[in-house]
Amino acid sequence: MLGIARQKMLEQSSKKIRPAVSMLRNYSSAAKEMTVRTALNSALDEEMSADSKVFLMGEEVGEYQGAYKITKGLLDKYGPERVLDTPITEAGFTGIAVGAAYYGLKPVVEFMTFNFSMQAIDHIINSAAKSNYMSAGQISVPIVFRGPNGAAAGVGAQHSQCYAAWYATCPGLKVLTPYNSEDARGLLKAAIRDPDPVVFLENELLYGESFPISDEVLDSSFCLPIGKAKIERKGKHVTIAAYSKMVGYSLKAAEILEKDGIDAEVINLRSIRPLDRSTINDSVRKTNRLVTVEEAFPQHGVGAEICACVVEESFAYLDAPVERIAGADVPMPYAANLERMAVPQVEDIVRAAKRACYRSVP
Amino acid sequence: MATAFSAAKFTAQPFPLNPASTTSHDSSIVFAKPTSLFLGSTRKLRLTSYSKFNLSRRSGTVDAVSDVVKQKKSKSSPSLLITKEEGLELYEDLVLGRAFEDMCAQMYYRGKMFGFVHLYNGQEAVSTGFIKLLKQQDSVVSTYRDHVHALSKGVPARAVMSELFGKTTGCCRGQGGSMHMFSREHNVLGGFAFIGEGIPVATGAAFTSKYKREVLKEADCDHVTLAFFGDGTCNNGQFFECLNMAALWKLPIVFVVENNLWAIGMSHLRATSDPHIYKKGPAFGMPGIHVDGMDVLKVREVAKEAIGRARRGEGPTLVECETYRFRGHSLADPDELRDPAEKAHYAARDPITALKKYLIENSLASEAELKTIEKKIDEVVEDAVEFADESPVPARSQLLENVFADPKGFGIGPDGRYRCEDPKFTEGTAHV
Repeated sequence: MLGIARQKMLEQSSKKIRPAVSMLRNYSSAAKEMTVRTALNSALDEEMSADSKVFLMGEEVGEYQGAYKITKGLLDKYGPERVLDTPITEAGFTGIAVGAAYYGLKPVVEFMTFNFSMQAIDHIINSAAKSNYMSAGQISVPIVFRGPNGAAAGVGAQHSQCYAAWYATCPGLKVLTPYNSEDARGLLKAAIRDPDPVVFLENELLYGESFPISDEVLDSSFCLPIGKAKIERKGKHVTIAAYSKMVGYSLKAAEILEKDGIDAEVINLRSIRPLDRSTINDSVRKTNRLVTVEEAFPQHGVGAEICACVVEESFAYLDAPVERIAGADVPMPYAANLERMAVPQVEDIVRAAKRACYRSVP
Repeated sequence: MATAFSAAKFTAQPFPLNPASTTSHDSSIVFAKPTSLFLGSTRKLRLTSYSKFNLSRRSGTVDAVSDVVKQKKSKSSPSLLITKEEGLELYEDLVLGRAFEDMCAQMYYRGKMFGFVHLYNGQEAVSTGFIKLLKQQDSVVSTYRDHVHALSKGVPARAVMSELFGKTTGCCRGQGGSMHMFSREHNVLGGFAFIGEGIPVATGAAFTSKYKREVLKEADCDHVTLAFFGDGTCNNGQFFECLNMAALWKLPIVFVVENNLWAIGMSHLRATSDPHIYKKGPAFGMPGIHVDGMDVLKVREVAKEAIGRARRGEGPTLVECETYRFRGHSLADPDELRDPAEKAHYAARDPITALKKYLIENSLASEAELKTIEKKIDEVVEDAVEFADESPVPARSQLLENVFADPKGFGIGPDGRYRCEDPKFTEGTAHV
């Protein structure tokens, strides 16, 4: 009986997600694959069709089909009243979206990159994050701020900063950092359904990458819990905690480490605020060594917070100092070779893991 | 009210700055007001009012400025706008801008350049018309479409090309890139990726000029700043804040709007409640001028007046140059939303062909002389590419340099000495 009900649900949902399914037919391989771009697009599509209060706002989201083509096809499907092309006025349209959220609508605001969110940060922090508290629960702000975050390729200092740590310090905000398509779909759906302001940090270089996904992910009610990290690879010698693109690098580093006899456990943080302290600590209690990886500037970063929480809760279990890998402490240079040096690479993760296992001198 | 104020203030000038004759504009512009007012689609605008708006504003000489210029041209007496030397200088600068940008496109597709590259094809008249009137000490602030502004101001083509290739011989040692061209020597203050970001910076540079004159008593300091930005920027809050303060403090700045009608894929008409940007000047107490930005001579006339005003200490001016970019927003832009008819319309008004025609018709230069200039520029650009190709990439140690002006900014290392003195600190990957 349950099987029939589930089948009916799948049929209904498959009608809604036909675009996603038809695109999947193009990837004609045995394992189903989906790019992060398609995952985000399908999540937005499904949430917009499920709830008419959800609307999109941002620069070039409509007619241009999205600056990175994430919102492709949505203008044609939902019309200009729900997919709004804005002038170049971050502070203005972010404020407008927050105001709309005060009154119960569910805006999804796209920043062309999160660097531009600095022009609107007053509204993200002061109008959105703090409102529920200041109004003692009277005003909740069910808004999502999404866009690419972190370094891309050769885009210079003003387009390459990672804002995870900045937003994660602020109480009242939830900060999510998906890695693969499953994360992208599940977390974006969860974010849109969430009654609180969510900062959804994507990564431009991951948009085109294809990941295998299960049928469960394609279901239109698929949602990932906010605040839970995922163990991408189980291991027993060292824990590597990372988010966004660095999870991919960490997995590659784990493969290299395996050849040297080091079995690394890779945690995909998924949620920077709230940080899944229990998963990280459980993992450290098992492996006794920790390496944190991030692309952002090192000082006061996510790695620092993870290190602090591990030291607070699992100090006795640590067999080695926590190794912190971050981007170089300089604004992102333009020259290609300097840019490569300013961002962590797989070799850096391998070296740090070996240091944590006392296998190599720095 | 505001228009009357500024018109009255400048009756002494023979040069009517603020076209109070805006009635001709208003009647000829009919905007398609679709059912959802501010959410009109580009397609609708294109088919109906846009063409009217387009032709009536641009093909005719609607604004007072161009009327004056036209009269001067039609007189048979030899009161030409420019001398031969000036004409050739302008032509050379226009061709340099065009050839350089075309070479950038080639190099990008060959993989020598990367990241975001925004080309200036079609807008050269604005850069040449304004910047060629400046002195070395005057400053220019631009946006990410800044290659040609840097070239016009005097930054060598070699330095700009090397910067684009990410080599250490670039004007910013390869650290800035396409969008961040800085030059202390030529007073090019950038190169900003965020639109609207350059405007307050330019206003600050103008403030410095005034400060030097009044507080530091350098009586002959009459440096002017030019801020270049686009139509999309004119909806940004920073623009209005700076118009207010510049007029309030009478700063020697000219705000030059390069209105090319498109902000990536967003048409100016879809994004702005009142698309007449020059009208925003008088609202803040400064003259607002509209000029045909595809004609370098008209731009130059307006620029002379605006820069002159600033130098004399009479305050800021807002100049809206109607221009067009022949290529997409950047080299990654598929440029699907712009109407081919619109592109053809502007391609026919190419500033380089227009100036060429003017020079030849008025016997200021011969075809041969212009060809020589074109050849010379080709060689300059080729040489720039060769130089950039042969230049070395930045050394590993350059990664950590220039973060602070104070080299001790990186603090003290574990051995108790300043980190910057430790040769190992700037080598290798920073183990952070």
